[in-house]
Amino acid sequence: MSNFLVEFPEMPNKQFREFKKGVDASYKDFAREWGDFIDAMFEPLLKMLVFFEKTLIATPWPIFMIVLLGLTYWGSRSYKLVIGTFLAFVFIGYFRMWDETMSTIAIILTSVIMSVVIGLPTGIAMSRSDRTQSIVTPILDIMQTMPPFVYLIPIVMLMGIGKIPGLIAVVIYAIPPLIRLTNLGIREVDKEALEAADAFGATKKQKLYQVQLPLALPTIFAGINQTIMMALAMVIIASMIGVKGLGQPVLQSIYNQYFTKGVLYGLAIVIVAIVFDRVSQSYGQRIQKHRSGKIV
Amino acid sequence: MSEAKIQIKSLYKIFGKNPSAAMEYVKNGVGKDELLEKHNHVLGLKDINLDIQSESIQVVMGLSGSGKSTLIRHINRLIEPTDGSVTVDGDEVLKMNEEQLRSFRRSKTAMVFQRFALLPHKTVLQNTIFGLHIQNIAEEDAKKSALRWIERVGLSGYEDKYPQHLSGGMQQRVGLARALTNDGDILLMDEAFSALDPLIRKDMQDILLELQDELHKTVVFITHDLDEALKIGDRIAILKDGIMDQEGIPAEILLNPKTKYVKDFVEDVNRARVIKAKHIMNEINGQDLNGAMPINQDEFIDRFIDKVIAEKPDNLLIQDKDKKNVGFLSTQKLSEILKR
Repeated sequence: MSNFLVEFPEMPNKQFREFKKGVDASYKDFAREWGDFIDAMFEPLLKMLVFFEKTLIATPWPIFMIVLLGLTYWGSRSYKLVIGTFLAFVFIGYFRMWDETMSTIAIILTSVIMSVVIGLPTGIAMSRSDRTQSIVTPILDIMQTMPPFVYLIPIVMLMGIGKIPGLIAVVIYAIPPLIRLTNLGIREVDKEALEAADAFGATKKQKLYQVQLPLALPTIFAGINQTIMMALAMVIIASMIGVKGLGQPVLQSIYNQYFTKGVLYGLAIVIVAIVFDRVSQSYGQRIQKHRSGKIV
Repeated sequence: MSEAKIQIKSLYKIFGKNPSAAMEYVKNGVGKDELLEKHNHVLGLKDINLDIQSESIQVVMGLSGSGKSTLIRHINRLIEPTDGSVTVDGDEVLKMNEEQLRSFRRSKTAMVFQRFALLPHKTVLQNTIFGLHIQNIAEEDAKKSALRWIERVGLSGYEDKYPQHLSGGMQQRVGLARALTNDGDILLMDEAFSALDPLIRKDMQDILLELQDELHKTVVFITHDLDEALKIGDRIAILKDGIMDQEGIPAEILLNPKTKYVKDFVEDVNRARVIKAKHIMNEINGQDLNGAMPINQDEFIDRFIDKVIAEKPDNLLIQDKDKKNVGFLSTQKLSEILKR
């Protein structure tokens, strides 16, 4: 009796071993059965990622620089940011980190595209039904709190080590803020604006495209910005399962205690993050400029 | 009288988890406070009956929480009633399916909102055109019509501005232009001018009256301001706690308030500016009207009171616009009405 109170009545060791073995075995069977099929399913994604990577690396650096600075200016309309971006990428190039940076940008690009393609419709669906919201929210909670290492295990078991499993891990880690903020943005749309649309006889689709999405856009954009940041943070962990880029050298430096190399590549990640963040944020603010302003 | 344009019959609205159960209590005479306290339901509207005539301005007045905004939203069914009927041109609005309701809203009604409810990402022109845009009307026609109304409400030159760049009064002009561009017979105005400064509000009231002279729409106008109600209403309905206390022409409400609530409401009103000669005249029944002062029946008291004081006649002879005698009014009665 006293023992019962001191120690929690736990599952007997033997049964627990059986349980683990059973789950492992059935997952392995599933992986064997479906692994190839799932690989094939993600084939187009792999092609896109490889295409981005090859294109970025093959592009002569001056051209890349011009395009990047052009995009920076188009997004932010700020010369300060253009000069900052230029100096940052000079640093990256001069310290021999150019190719890794290109690989990283390629995977960020691919995972952000994938996040938007999956996240936006999910967020919209969530905003339209409380039931969907109550189902999706706990899933997002799991995605955000589960240590990435844990879900790396089944992904690797299923698809092995490589780009696609890395990409999937990045998307799982980076997509929740986009879904949450899309949902929030649409739910926060002014009730009177929606009522007006109803009063004038708008269909559901017209309300979505002409009222809800445009009014939620700043919030959705904050979500995309968060997704970019989280994807960059995940790049190091994803490098453990074979994603090329800035993460791999950092990982090497940890194993071998290369201090300088670690710091340099770490800085490169920070630089890419800051540039992406500032440009996407100022773009987000610029597209909603008409929302504020002086009264005539 | 011709059939009313909008007929509201024994309309009930109860907010809460189980409105139909709460209906029973309300029909058995449970009041708003008791319903909330004991049964946890909010009584929005109770047994509203209202006929709104075509081409008239019907004002619905009440304090906040009286259910006036709830009532107007039943006409285009932005709110589903708990019980009752709303017909427009003889069609039951509450029986329409989604498609019919949408086309009803598109073709018959247009609404102006208290807080304007403009779309901040669209320009003045795009906002004005919104109603036609969602009906997929050809861009050119829609634009022509929108520009005409933008000009009519005095916003020419602001077509490409965003709402945030406009003052409140100008934003509500856009709201009005948007509603008029839709060209329905019925204009629903939910406290449309309440958020505006007094001077701008007066401007907007004048614009509305001027437009109404020309367009003859059926306007349902919600307000909490009695002066506004008296100024623009052909008829006024007074709501309190979801119940209609009184309905009638402005003069009738001023002269014969039915409940204490209405009485308190109208106590401080300057009657001379609201009551017309015809509202208070008596029938001619062989009285001696020699020397009576002729007055047009549609004159407000304050328009002829100076003349009455100067000439001191015993009686006023009330005439219609063709100078035909329609009634008389003793100066004594006039003075009593003004003193009351």
